[in-house]
Amino acid sequence: MLEIRISKRFANVERKFSLKAECACAPGITILFGASGAGKTTLLDCIAGLTTPDAGRIAVGNRVFFDCEQGLNLAVQRRGVGYVFQDLALFPHLSAEENIGYGLSGKERTTRTDEILESFRIAHLRKRKPREISGGERQRVALARALVIDPCVLLLDEPLAALDAVTKSKMIDDLQAWNRAHRIPIIYVTHSREEVFALGERVVVLEKGKIVAQGTPHDVMTAPRQESVAQLVGFENVFDGAVVAVLEYRGTMRCRIAGSKVELETPLVRVKSGVSPVRVGIRAGDILLATVHPQGLSARNVLPGRVLSLEERDMIVIARVDCGVEMTVHLTLAARDVLELQPGREVWLVVKTHSCHVMAK
Amino acid sequence: MNIAAGSWPRTGRGLSILAAHIEVTRIRMDWQAFWLTIRLAVVVAAILTVVGLPIAYWMTYSRWRWKFLVEAVVALPIVLPPTVLGFYVLVALGSRSPVGRWWQALTGHTLAFTFTGLVIGSIVYSLPFAVQPFAAGFASVDSRLLAASATLGASRLRTFLRVVLPLSVPGLVTGVVLSFAHTMGEFGVVLMVGGNIPGVTRTVSIDIYDRVQALDYASANQTALVLLGISFVAMCVVYGVNRRVWVWWK
Repeated sequence: MLEIRISKRFANVERKFSLKAECACAPGITILFGASGAGKTTLLDCIAGLTTPDAGRIAVGNRVFFDCEQGLNLAVQRRGVGYVFQDLALFPHLSAEENIGYGLSGKERTTRTDEILESFRIAHLRKRKPREISGGERQRVALARALVIDPCVLLLDEPLAALDAVTKSKMIDDLQAWNRAHRIPIIYVTHSREEVFALGERVVVLEKGKIVAQGTPHDVMTAPRQESVAQLVGFENVFDGAVVAVLEYRGTMRCRIAGSKVELETPLVRVKSGVSPVRVGIRAGDILLATVHPQGLSARNVLPGRVLSLEERDMIVIARVDCGVEMTVHLTLAARDVLELQPGREVWLVVKTHSCHVMAK
Repeated sequence: MNIAAGSWPRTGRGLSILAAHIEVTRIRMDWQAFWLTIRLAVVVAAILTVVGLPIAYWMTYSRWRWKFLVEAVVALPIVLPPTVLGFYVLVALGSRSPVGRWWQALTGHTLAFTFTGLVIGSIVYSLPFAVQPFAAGFASVDSRLLAASATLGASRLRTFLRVVLPLSVPGLVTGVVLSFAHTMGEFGVVLMVGGNIPGVTRTVSIDIYDRVQALDYASANQTALVLLGISFVAMCVVYGVNRRVWVWWK
């Protein structure tokens, strides 16, 4: 169990920032989730010993890394923390083999390096320098280098950010296999929703240096109660609104989006009736588009609108639609072509009641 | 004066033949001063490498608030007139200073006007030309690599030897070559500290000065050309290495 309770303040001229975090990470993968600048890397650096907190305590089981009250601060070299940096930080002048063996000495170096080269399927790259191998291979070398020293904690700072989907899922498999075999606390930094669901047993959401939510991925990501979490977990559409009717017997309510005539039927949440200010979040992928008025639907929200723009990115089409307010909608390439969508086209937006997430403001 | 390449003897016996040839053509190159200068520059560059590396390391990684004071002192020789520097070195080495007295008690003679004195003066004079490129080389190494090395259990010394040094080769080469070339061409400090004793402290730049004083422009030109050539080659090495024209280190 990795226990963290720290505070750290930076008073630089260019960046005033303070981090205050308290969490416990059991063996297994804990996702550290947050926007850039939220303090994720600072938190990892504190655990590794590269940054010294101002106060608090960090311990793994009964090994104390840092304890402000006891004046204890274990040197980086003696913590035994595996750290895969965001930019990997492979030694550019050393071969893959030398990079991996860097943290070992004596006889162990050759035997253990050989073992891990084999198990990570990179034995054929052993003599190559980092710049001579692909991004995914570099990632494997970096992961192997961190794991070969048999760390008591593993820190991964956005390790898959730069990889394509196929390489990514292979790495996730590798990591999960290793996790099952070793059971040490693994902290995995990301801001990708897919990685959270693919890997996480627990999620800790960090925002502006503070932990704002923690729990299982399902709890934290599907029903975000805080707007900050909402934006982080990918609500492309977040609107200010007000509750105009509470339909208690149906378990729903109607919210009007501020500055428009658009009314949405949403699930009932505990807010003061009348004109309570709320926020409504809708994922771009949860909205359907129709070119004729749809009928016989279970969805309660059908809004007329007009396509403003279409943009293709990473195999999806991002449409901006004006329906009294501007909504972002994600479509597949095929859907765009079948519907013959183009800017200016009249469309209907279809949103299920339970796709509208209401948050107290 | 005829020193065109085609007219040089091709007997292959090296520089003594060349010297004799130049003697015949009535241009006298002071080979004693030349070799003395080379010896001085090599010794100084070697010592500055040993002394400069730890200073540069400290200057790069120290977070001491008053570090700038040390940086200013190290950089002083760049702006100080060599005569001023030479004067203080001379006073410091002379028989009235503690260092001078201690040396005299140890060896029986003063440091001033000796080759050793010249070496000490040149080290001070060329210090920034070694330390600053070294420090720039160290600073160019990505700090995340040092962090990675530390998390893998490597001590500071091991990190320095295995990561920092191999990745700052251009800075190291620059520092060594510049301190060599700068020592080759020094004048003021040598004159103040060493005087002009043939075979002991008479360097090529002083030789050139003497020739000009004696209106022997041809010989001065000869020596000056050699110095110009060496300096040009040195600069070519510095810029070539930094532009990665030759990359042998990674």
